[in-house]
Amino acid sequence: MPDISLAALAAQVFTGLVLGGIFVLLAVGLSLIFGLMTVVNFSHGALYMLGAYFGFVLMGRTGSFLVALVLAPLLVGVFGLFVERFLIRPLYGRSPDDPLLLTFGLSLVLVEVARLIWGKIGVTLDPPRALAGAVNLGFTYFPSYRLFVIAVTAVVLVALWLFLEKTNIGLVIRAGSRDPMMVRALGFDVGRIWFLVFGIGTGLAGLAGILAGPMRGAYAEMGVTIIIESFVVVVVGGMGSLLGAVISGLLIGQIVGLTTFFAPKLAEIIVFVFMALVLLFRPSGLLGEAGLLE
Amino acid sequence: MNRRVFLTTTAVGAATVAFPAVLRAQSKDPIRIGFPLPLTGPFAAIAGDMKQGAELGVDVLNAKGGILGRKVELLVRDDQLKPQVGAQRTQELIEKENCQFIIGGLAAHVQMAINEQTKKAKVLFISTSQSDEISAKPDTSPVTFHEALNPTITSRVVGKWVMENLGKKWWIVYADYAWGKQNNMVLTETNKKLGGTVLGSTPYPLGSAEFSAHLPKIQAAKPDVLMAVTPGADDIAFLKQVKSFGMHQQMKLAKPLHWISVAKQGGPELYQDVYGGINFYWELQDSIPEAKRYVEAFGKKFGIPPGDYGVYAYSAVLEVARGAELAKSTDGEKVAEALRKNPTYSHVKGKQWWRACDNKSFQDMWILKGRAPGQTKGDWGLLDVVARVPAAEDMDRTCAEKGHTA
Amino acid sequence: MKRRARGWVQRHPVLCFFVVFAIFPWVVPYKSLGSQVLIYGLFALGFNLLYGYTGLLSFGSAAYWGLGAYGTGIALAKLKVTSLWLALGIGLAAALVGGALVGFFCLRRRGIYFAMLTLAFAQLLYFVGFHLADWTGGDDGLRGIAVPAIGIGSWRLPLDRSVVFYYFTLAIVGLAVAALKRILDSPFGAVLQAIRENADRAAACGYDIARIKHLSFVFYAVFCGLAGALDALRLTVVPIESLHWSTSGQVVIMTLLGGAGTFFGPFVGAATYLVLEDAISVWTESWPLAIGAIFMAFVLFLPKGIWGTLTGGFHGR
Repeated sequence: MPDISLAALAAQVFTGLVLGGIFVLLAVGLSLIFGLMTVVNFSHGALYMLGAYFGFVLMGRTGSFLVALVLAPLLVGVFGLFVERFLIRPLYGRSPDDPLLLTFGLSLVLVEVARLIWGKIGVTLDPPRALAGAVNLGFTYFPSYRLFVIAVTAVVLVALWLFLEKTNIGLVIRAGSRDPMMVRALGFDVGRIWFLVFGIGTGLAGLAGILAGPMRGAYAEMGVTIIIESFVVVVVGGMGSLLGAVISGLLIGQIVGLTTFFAPKLAEIIVFVFMALVLLFRPSGLLGEAGLLE
Repeated sequence: MNRRVFLTTTAVGAATVAFPAVLRAQSKDPIRIGFPLPLTGPFAAIAGDMKQGAELGVDVLNAKGGILGRKVELLVRDDQLKPQVGAQRTQELIEKENCQFIIGGLAAHVQMAINEQTKKAKVLFISTSQSDEISAKPDTSPVTFHEALNPTITSRVVGKWVMENLGKKWWIVYADYAWGKQNNMVLTETNKKLGGTVLGSTPYPLGSAEFSAHLPKIQAAKPDVLMAVTPGADDIAFLKQVKSFGMHQQMKLAKPLHWISVAKQGGPELYQDVYGGINFYWELQDSIPEAKRYVEAFGKKFGIPPGDYGVYAYSAVLEVARGAELAKSTDGEKVAEALRKNPTYSHVKGKQWWRACDNKSFQDMWILKGRAPGQTKGDWGLLDVVARVPAAEDMDRTCAEKGHTA
Repeated sequence: MKRRARGWVQRHPVLCFFVVFAIFPWVVPYKSLGSQVLIYGLFALGFNLLYGYTGLLSFGSAAYWGLGAYGTGIALAKLKVTSLWLALGIGLAAALVGGALVGFFCLRRRGIYFAMLTLAFAQLLYFVGFHLADWTGGDDGLRGIAVPAIGIGSWRLPLDRSVVFYYFTLAIVGLAVAALKRILDSPFGAVLQAIRENADRAAACGYDIARIKHLSFVFYAVFCGLAGALDALRLTVVPIESLHWSTSGQVVIMTLLGGAGTFFGPFVGAATYLVLEDAISVWTESWPLAIGAIFMAFVLFLPKGIWGTLTGGFHGR
């Protein structure tokens, strides 16, 4: 039945875009943090989960999804600032593995705390009425909310690009990820910049969380598998490369989507096989730079 | 006081005087029932219900003087839904805490790890959650009892009911792991046996709640019934996505098992008109006296109505007691024999019995349907009882099919 | 710790190990806990060789633990092997081959890429194990493992009693500990630590660090595999979680708690973790919260771990 197949395939590509969007938001956050601070944030998945829960609380309080969409990532970002200041900064100068280990412990704690606060089953988030239906794309009906997710991701990425390319702070951030020593020598307070970058990176994770919430619900373990997939995305894209994270996220979103469609049993493995292949032929990832803590 | 009572009392009194240390020591040592379950992890809410059911059971026993005149203690441990931890907790409960009995386990893989330890120590184990394997070779043993339903039973019962009442053309979506696969297999068999068609069977990776890839395909195939073998949080995500595609208006939705805590979390908008099987629902108090007693006692102690899995734990505790009283011993093999010789019991929902070859409990099941948002009764009255399916041994595989030669 | 006592311990680690663990089961609340400490201690020992001594952080240790466990388990349950030693050998061989292959790929990268590659291969193995349910039991776990008695000639010693199993495990783990001592004392061992301190300088000194890292990886895999195999015998079941990254995470925590780069750190860490888990689980439901917080505290304030802090850090002993 070729018509149905083509329509289903096209719907699948869109689904892959949604998944890719979430991956991109997470991967860009991870890459930003790593590129500038060479910190691997293992708690990124837990922060994604917090974004969804904060969104739930805000929606409950204000009744507005829009408010939640804006505030939840901000709250997660602020939380990220605290994490950087009090947990990560003391590790500066020690082994580069230490922040990875610390954030690993943090992820365990955050998952349990979420469970204690919000209950053991998880909570439901509803998309706003305006987005609850489906849109006729011609070849298939596609849920409006998911199109919204794609749109928001695109807007945020453009905003981020503008920030990094067109503002002074953005310039310093980009310079700092290339050569932190030099930037400090030029008189910039690198510590302040790290602070900001960690906040932005974690805020992006929170945004991904609240976007994902209405699609799947919020539950304490939701960050646990996605963190591994996000690392794969970042590593494939090249650690420290934001464009790499975007390309890799979209690519892997499609790969997972299409594999789920054609060969569901391989869906979980395909990400890792893909990563292993990429690293075999392009050791620093698609767009990574050799020498950046390779 | 008649002669018999007088003589008995004197004899007992004499015995007490004659063997003071033994008798007093025996009545001092409590009977300990160990209970590993996943107090942390994704099924913690169900585990909470089980813990409460067991605690109520212990209260009931102690109010009657305990087991064999000894007080009953319940020792609960978190197994984190991990087999290794479950096994370790069981070892601790047996070796350090000297538990004479073990009940518990939520999820097949943890139960079986617990079972390996109780088998070795020859301690009576009554399993309280779903598993097809635990009552079959090679896992089963004379001291392994299975109180809960299993995928074969739930899928046969629900499958048959759906065939007779909702439609014969199905599409099945199932989580790609043991429980999901077993349900899928039995549903498919049941459908074929009764002359239906399974238009398609879609596996998905457990926990990855992304179904929109498959839904257009399913819609196009136009099944009568969409069967969802989607546990826990996956179920909520699935129903959300199905409803967002409008599919609930085109086909009936059914699942082998309803979980009350999940239905509550999803809410009546999601669960409206969704059919599923269950072992116990608190509204059964309206028709079954034992259920009424249980629901009232539970409500009095915990302030909420009991759930579904808590009943397994409650029953298990009471069965441990009944077996020990019959055998006049806490020895695992003796109690097991006593239960097999006196297999019928009824603690909470009507008659249940143990099948001798595999220590499997047979019990009634019910088909429930989600109520529409305006029609729910309070916070917990989310489901309607649609049908009762009385217990029968053809619900499960035969003894031979499970590898029992006897 | 008293200077002389510390010196003596450092000179005779294997002997100390046997003395302490000979009486250990009588010290802990119940005997099975003792076996668990030995086995996880061995697991951490393997991880420590790679991380503490060679400086390579792997997040995929579960793969080799799992290969050892499934290798031995499948030999006993599916292939119906009757010799315990053969079954153990098969498990070890599986871990060795796995380590050699995966190590070859992962070691082409360093630092965080290396860590992510080890994790990726372990995840790959997890999903393969999950889906090859006919061999591994899938997510139900591998059951039907009958542990044969050990014996010479017609004399047989069954291992089903906790105490007997403990001393059997002690013997095997003791051998592994002695082997590790030999490895660390050898020139190879010295180069490992040179690589940890400064890989480029070690290379500049003319050592073939790629080959040495690979060999270290293989040893790591074999130790982890032996531990997994022993656990399969202990539990008579191999759960799919053996291959899950949470198992990899657990060994990282244990090693760090005890003290990476120290000889006894792994056992101290394993014992601390397991005894704590046992004790805390009785009191509260939130063990993961407790251990996560404790672990973070260690990373921040006690990075040398318990044993490391007591003995003064990376001494290589």
